[in-house]
Amino acid sequence: MRVNFTVNGRPQEADDVWEGESLLYVLRERLGLPGSKNACEQGECGSCTVRLDGVPVCACLVAAGQVEGRDVVTVEGLAQFARQRAAGGCATGACGTPLDEARRWQAEGTGPGTGEDAGLSPVQQAFIDAGAVQCGFCTPGLLVASDELLERNPNPSDADIREALSGNLCRCTGYEKIMDAVRLAAARRSEEV
Amino acid sequence: MPSPELPIPSVRGGAPVGAPSKITQGSRARGGVGESTLRPDGILKVTGEFAYSSDLWHEDMLWGQILRSTVAHAEIVSIDTSQALATAGVYAVMTYDDLPTGVRNYGLEIRDTPVLAHGKVRHHGEPVAIVAADHPETARRAAARIKVEYRELPVITDEASATAPDAILVHEGRDDHHCGHVPHPNIVHRQPIVRGDVARARRRADVIVEGEYTFGMQDQAFLGPESGLAVPEEDGGVHLYIATQWLHSDLRQIAPVLGLPEDKVRMTLSGVGGAFGGREDLSMQIHACLLALRTGKPVKMVYNRFESFFGHVHRHPAKLHYEHGATKDGKLTHMKCRIVLDGGAYASASPAVVGNASSLSVGPYAVDDVDIEAIALYTNNPPCGAMRGFGAVQACFAYEAQMDKLAKRLGMDPVEFRQRNAMEQGTLMPTGQPVDSPAPVAELLRRVKAMPMPPERQWESSEGPDVRQLPGGLSNTTHGEGVVRGVGYAVGIKNVGFSEGFDDYSTARVRMEVINGEPVATVHTAMAEVGQGGVTVHAQIARTELGVTQVTIRPADTRVGSAGSTSASRQTYVTGGAVKNSCELVREKVLEIGRRKFGSCHPAWATAGLLLEGGKVVTEGGEVLGDLADVLEEEVVEVEEEWRHRPTEAFDLRTGQGNGHVQYSFAAHRAVVEVDTELGLVKVVELACAQDVGKALNPLSVLGQIQGGTTQGLGMAVMEEIVVDPRTAKVRNPSFTDYLIPTILDTPTIPVDVLELADPHAPYGLRGIGEAPTLSSTPAVLAAIRDATGLELDRTPVRPEHLTGTA
Repeated sequence: MRVNFTVNGRPQEADDVWEGESLLYVLRERLGLPGSKNACEQGECGSCTVRLDGVPVCACLVAAGQVEGRDVVTVEGLAQFARQRAAGGCATGACGTPLDEARRWQAEGTGPGTGEDAGLSPVQQAFIDAGAVQCGFCTPGLLVASDELLERNPNPSDADIREALSGNLCRCTGYEKIMDAVRLAAARRSEEV
Repeated sequence: MPSPELPIPSVRGGAPVGAPSKITQGSRARGGVGESTLRPDGILKVTGEFAYSSDLWHEDMLWGQILRSTVAHAEIVSIDTSQALATAGVYAVMTYDDLPTGVRNYGLEIRDTPVLAHGKVRHHGEPVAIVAADHPETARRAAARIKVEYRELPVITDEASATAPDAILVHEGRDDHHCGHVPHPNIVHRQPIVRGDVARARRRADVIVEGEYTFGMQDQAFLGPESGLAVPEEDGGVHLYIATQWLHSDLRQIAPVLGLPEDKVRMTLSGVGGAFGGREDLSMQIHACLLALRTGKPVKMVYNRFESFFGHVHRHPAKLHYEHGATKDGKLTHMKCRIVLDGGAYASASPAVVGNASSLSVGPYAVDDVDIEAIALYTNNPPCGAMRGFGAVQACFAYEAQMDKLAKRLGMDPVEFRQRNAMEQGTLMPTGQPVDSPAPVAELLRRVKAMPMPPERQWESSEGPDVRQLPGGLSNTTHGEGVVRGVGYAVGIKNVGFSEGFDDYSTARVRMEVINGEPVATVHTAMAEVGQGGVTVHAQIARTELGVTQVTIRPADTRVGSAGSTSASRQTYVTGGAVKNSCELVREKVLEIGRRKFGSCHPAWATAGLLLEGGKVVTEGGEVLGDLADVLEEEVVEVEEEWRHRPTEAFDLRTGQGNGHVQYSFAAHRAVVEVDTELGLVKVVELACAQDVGKALNPLSVLGQIQGGTTQGLGMAVMEEIVVDPRTAKVRNPSFTDYLIPTILDTPTIPVDVLELADPHAPYGLRGIGEAPTLSSTPAVLAAIRDATGLELDRTPVRPEHLTGTA
C-alpha cells in the first residue's frame, strides 16, 4: 500500500508498504529517518517515541496505515519543531492547538534528518550539557518525551519528571543525569521568560 | 584530592604513596585530563544522526534471520529447508552443512560454540539455520517454514543433574585446557584457593555464621539490539559494520569460519547501544558474513528484543555457600566458601568468571585463613558469560550478607564491623598477592555513612500523600500504611583489567600535524566506544599530552592494532594508557625535530624537560622556544605503539596462589528503602555511593558510570531475573514486559562521593571505575530490606512473595 503523511513538517509518501509494517519501520527503513530507535519493538522501552498529531506514542506500536494523513515529529525534527514553537507558541494538538494549526508548522533546512544549520533545541542542548547521554540509544525517545513534558508543564517537580519519563528505559545512566538535563532545560527556559 | 581527615595510606614498611601524580605537561591545556569535557558524539546522538549498527542501510541489501531451537536439549533428526528456499524473496538458506570450512565453532577462550547447530542443540534458542531475504518479514516467515525434527534429551539444569553418575555430557570429548583439572566433564573450570589454616583459625572463633545464597540470572539488557551490516567486497572478502566490545577478538573468531585470511575481513565499529559484557561474545557477526558471501549482496541483521534475550550470554546465576567466623571483639577469623556458577550450554567467559569469583570471594576484608572453591557448570540453561562485575558481583552479594549476620550476632554496628576487618594497602589477597595501592575500604564506608539521610515520609504533602513516592507508586496500593523504612550498607572489591596472566595490551596510533597553521592531533584506536565515553577521554589525554586544542578521534576499526576489550573496567586504564604513551612518543619526535631545526638558536633546546603547550614548545619555566607550525611545517609525526600494564600470573590450579590481578576498584553503598510489608513492595528511596576512582579523568562521566552501575545493581536486588523453567530449561520471560529493568520511577536519587587516591602504577593514577558500583549496590539494598522487615532473605532478586511469606 501507499502511505501519505507529514514527517517533521514535510509531506512524505511511502510506497510498497506491507500492511504489517509499523510506523517505526517506515520511518527507519523507508524514509531514511533512523533517529527513532528500535530497542524493544514491543512498546515497553520508549526508544521509538514520536509525536503523532502532537501526542507522544511508541512508533513501533502504530501500524503504518494508521498514520495516513497525519502529522509525525521525530527526534530529527525536534530542533526545528522547538524553534517553531518558540516563535509561534505551542504548535501541537497536545496543548489545545487545533490540528490544522499544528500542520502549519513546517520544517526548514535541506531535508529531514540533515540537522544542517539547525541549532539544537533547549532540551537537546541540556542533555549534552548535563551528561545525560552515554550510549545514546534511549536519548531520542527521552528527548521527544521530555520536550513534550516541558511543553505541557514548564516547571515540573521531580516527581512529575519521573512520571512523565517512566515509559522510557535507559540502561546506562541511572537516570540522575537525565533528571538534571530536564531540570536544566526547564531552568534555562524560565530564565529566558 | 585526599580528604583532610584521611591519613595518607602507606605500604607497610614502604614509602608513602597515594598523592595524585603531578602533571606538568599539559597543565595549561584546556579540555585536558580532569575536566568534564562534553562527548564528541553528543550532538549526533541528540539529533538522531548517530549511526548505530541497526541503523545501517545499503542499496540492494538483504535481511538476515536466524532460526533458533525451540527446545533446550535435543538431537536434530532432520532439517528440511525446501519450503523456505521456495519462498518468494528468499535468496539463501544455510545450515551447518553449508558452512564453508572445517572451522565451525567459535568461542572467547574455548571454541565450543557451533556457528549453526550440528546434530544437537544444547540450549533453548540456539541458532539452527539462517535465511536471507529482501524484507525482514519475508526472512522471518521463511525461517518459520524450515522444518526441524528434534529428538528431545533430558535437560541438565543444576549441579546435581550435571554431576550425577549417569549424567549426559553437555560436551562429549572435551579437549580444552581445563578438562584435565576438573572433577567432571560437565564442569567447565574449577579454581580452589587455600591459604593459612582454616581448621586452626576456626577454633579461635567466638561466633560462626553460615549461609546458603542464591543469585538469579541477570541480563545486560543493553538497549541497542544485536545488529550489523556485512558487505561483500570485490576481492572476495567482507566488510562488517558491527556493534561489539572488541573488534579484534571478533575478527579472530570470524575469519577462520569464513575461510578468509584476517586481512580480508575488515571490521568497522558502528554505533553501539550499550554492552555491559553482553557483546563480548559473538552474536550475528558470522551469520551476516556467511549470508553476504553466499548471496554476494550486503546483508543486514537486527535482533528484536525477544531474540536478543536468546542472542547473548547472561550473568551467571549462582549458589554460594559461605562460612565465616569472628572473635567477640569483631575480628574475622576465617572464611570458607563454595561458589557454584551456572555457565549454561557453552563456556563463553566462564573460566575467567570462576577466577574472579574465587579470588574476590573474601571481599575487601583482611582474612588470613581461607578455603575457597569456585566452579562453573555446563548445563542446558542459557549460556552465561560476561556482565558488568564479572564473578565479583555474585560473591559480593553473599559475603556482604554474611557481614551483616556476623555484626548482628556480635551486637555490633554493621559498618563498624566491616571497618574493623577492612583491607588496606599492604593486605594480602587470598591468592597471596599484596594490595600495593590505596585500598580505602574503611574510609569509603565512613563517607557513605556520613552522607545526610533522606527525610522520612517524603510522600506526605499538604494535598495528601504523593503515591509516586511510595512503594507500589501509581498503582495506589498504599498511602503509607504498612510502610517501614530500612537502611543497609555494603562495600565491594573488583579487579580491573584482564587477570591471570592474560597479555592485556592496547594499541594507539597518534598523529600530529599542522593544518591551516593550527596543530592538530589525530587519535586512532580500535577501542569500542559503547557509551562509556572513551572517545571523550582519548581527546582529553591528547590535549594534555600534546598541548593542542584540536583532536580528531578516528572511527574504531581493524586497520589499527587491537585495543583489547571494552570490559573489566579496563579501557581508560589500558587504551587510555596506550594513547598517553603514543602521545608521549609523538611529543619526543616533535621535540627532536625542533632540536634539529632550531637547537642552535637557543641553549634551552638542549634541556630535557621541554613541554608542548598551546601549540608551542616551551621550557618548564614557561619560556616559549618556538611555534609548532614552524617546527613541523609540512611534516607529519605519527606513532602506532602497543602498551601494556604490568604483567600478571595465572593462579595455581591447586592452591590458587599467584599475583593474578592488575588493580582493584572499591565502592561502598548505603541504601535507604521503604517496604510495604503487607504487599511486599519495595521503594528504594536513596542509594548513596562512595567510590575511589584514583583520578577522575572526566568527573561528569565518572558520575555517569557510578550512577549507571548502581542502578543495574538495584535492578538485580528487586526486579531483574531471567526465569528458566527447571523442567524444560526454557526461558520464560524474554521480553521487557516480563524481564523488568529499573525505570526512572524505580530509581532513586544517587548521591555520589568521589575519592581520588592515586594508584602509582596506573596512568595519571586512575582506577577502572565501571564495575565496582554494580557490586555493592545489590547487597546494600538487600541489607536495607532485611533491616526493614527482619527477614533473612538469602536470594536476589527479592520478589514480593519473599517479603510476605507467600513464596
